[in-house]
Amino acid sequence: MANPLRIVVVEPDAARAKEITDGLRDSGWPDIQVIGETNALARNLADLDPDLVLIDLANPSRDALETLSIASGAKQRPVAMFVDHSDDELTRAAIAAGLSAYVVDGLKKDRIKPVLETAIARFQMVSQMRAELDAAKAALSERKTIDRAKGLLMQARGLSEDEAYGLLRKTAMDQGRKLIDIAEALVTASDLLK
Amino acid sequence: MRAHRINCGYVPLVDSAPLIIARELNFAQEEGLDLQLLKQPSWSALRDLLALGHLDAAHILSPLPIAMSLGLGGLPAQVDALMVLSANGNVIGVSNTLADQMRENGWSGDFLTPSETGKHLIASAGPDLRIGVPFPFSMHSELLYYWLGHLGIDVGNQLDIRIVPPPQMADAIAQGEIDVFCVGEPWGSIAVEQGVAELILPGAAIWAFAPEKVLAARRDWITTNPDLTRRLMRAVARAAKWLGDHDNRMMAAEVLARSEHLDVADDIIDRALAGRLIMRRRAFAQQVPHFLRFHGGAANFPWRSQAAWIASNLAGRMKLDRSQAIQIAKSCFRADLYRDYLSEISVDMPGASEKLEGALVHPEAVASERGELILGPDAFFDGQIFDPNAAG
Repeated sequence: MANPLRIVVVEPDAARAKEITDGLRDSGWPDIQVIGETNALARNLADLDPDLVLIDLANPSRDALETLSIASGAKQRPVAMFVDHSDDELTRAAIAAGLSAYVVDGLKKDRIKPVLETAIARFQMVSQMRAELDAAKAALSERKTIDRAKGLLMQARGLSEDEAYGLLRKTAMDQGRKLIDIAEALVTASDLLK
Repeated sequence: MRAHRINCGYVPLVDSAPLIIARELNFAQEEGLDLQLLKQPSWSALRDLLALGHLDAAHILSPLPIAMSLGLGGLPAQVDALMVLSANGNVIGVSNTLADQMRENGWSGDFLTPSETGKHLIASAGPDLRIGVPFPFSMHSELLYYWLGHLGIDVGNQLDIRIVPPPQMADAIAQGEIDVFCVGEPWGSIAVEQGVAELILPGAAIWAFAPEKVLAARRDWITTNPDLTRRLMRAVARAAKWLGDHDNRMMAAEVLARSEHLDVADDIIDRALAGRLIMRRRAFAQQVPHFLRFHGGAANFPWRSQAAWIASNLAGRMKLDRSQAIQIAKSCFRADLYRDYLSEISVDMPGASEKLEGALVHPEAVASERGELILGPDAFFDGQIFDPNAAG
């Protein structure tokens, strides 16, 4: 049996990182390290010398990994995005789950595929949890701003709540902007005029 | 008639303006397109989604389609540049400590003196220069290599290039992780506003007409969708022309500033659009000629000689066959489609698709189809001229 794959998960959120690494360990890959700090990412990764790097597609620090793909030092092994053209569904599923995987040159596909399938399932789970949380937070903060804007209009112009909302919506449509942007502008302006 | 949907990726920067304006001012709609703009967190993410077919087109760093087509980087693919979206627009900045050191050593503080400023930077920075750029295959990297390399730095050994996403550039310099950055606006001005850096040079002072971002698409998509390609190029060309009109500057800044796009104060965005940069906190604004060009001087024409210049430099650093790399790069810059698809909307076309890069110190009238074209300036700071056919 070949040496166990050395896997690095780049994930600043400790709870998410744990969900992912637990899943991989449970499925039989013990050699997993987590990098949470994305400063000096390329150098830290080169020091760990992993076979496989898993990182969120949306992580803004991903571009630092690009340096590894053009590494030319004697000790460094070139790294490439894992794309399996013979299995487009796997690549699509990874992207849909928000996962990008980098593998070192020469690693066999059949060794990567099971890791990726496990990682995809875990990424799907944590992405969904985060998306729900983010959506709930955003909706709450938008609703607060819109409520404040409605309140300001009701007070200043003697409108009913429905009329105030209608006026905000009409203004947004006329200006081709989002309702929340109009509401924010009104709230900011009113704060300034106090 | 139902509008055709085009998924187009972009990274929120001032130079994504031609796409944002094409959508928000309905130039795309007038071409029968439903132009969906999908903001991306990194150049890698944008590249992967484009290469794997999740995006139809993208606002992308001008050297990236060339690098991808040469098989360089994490995910190679055959990607072409349909047109140039903007010329110039980058700034080089240094930490406050380094700026003070440069002044102590006699730097004048002038914003438009690349040789003097470069020499003071090299003399003041010590043996290793840690420089932040947004991506390895970028005009930022090319300009830095060219500038410091021609001032005597051994770019292979003395430069420590670090990849830092643009929105994190101010933080990286504040934390002392880098000494210098080269970045697109608004991120240089934001570092100035935060009081963590001083701007020392605009990219335009190194090369007066550097293709910065291009509109890119996969070659197979372009071949399969000629009509959509044509409409997309027309919409973007009209948006670029609109952006070239100074009367539209305020409105452009307001649209870009919106939360779904750059989400940055419009007065910061306006500095790049107006070419009036504030080099350090509480300093007066400095007018920079040709700081960022969306239109005029054939700014949108994908010159095959620009592609050759980029490929020649990449080949040198990555140890590729130079003449082969130049041939591949030239075929990526689709001057042919630009002529075919944009002549019909009265874009004046240059007589040739290649030029000597760096030959124009002043604007000059050149041979063109309608005889109204003025090119340049396109000079390099050290006066060198690049001949795309002598470089092989």
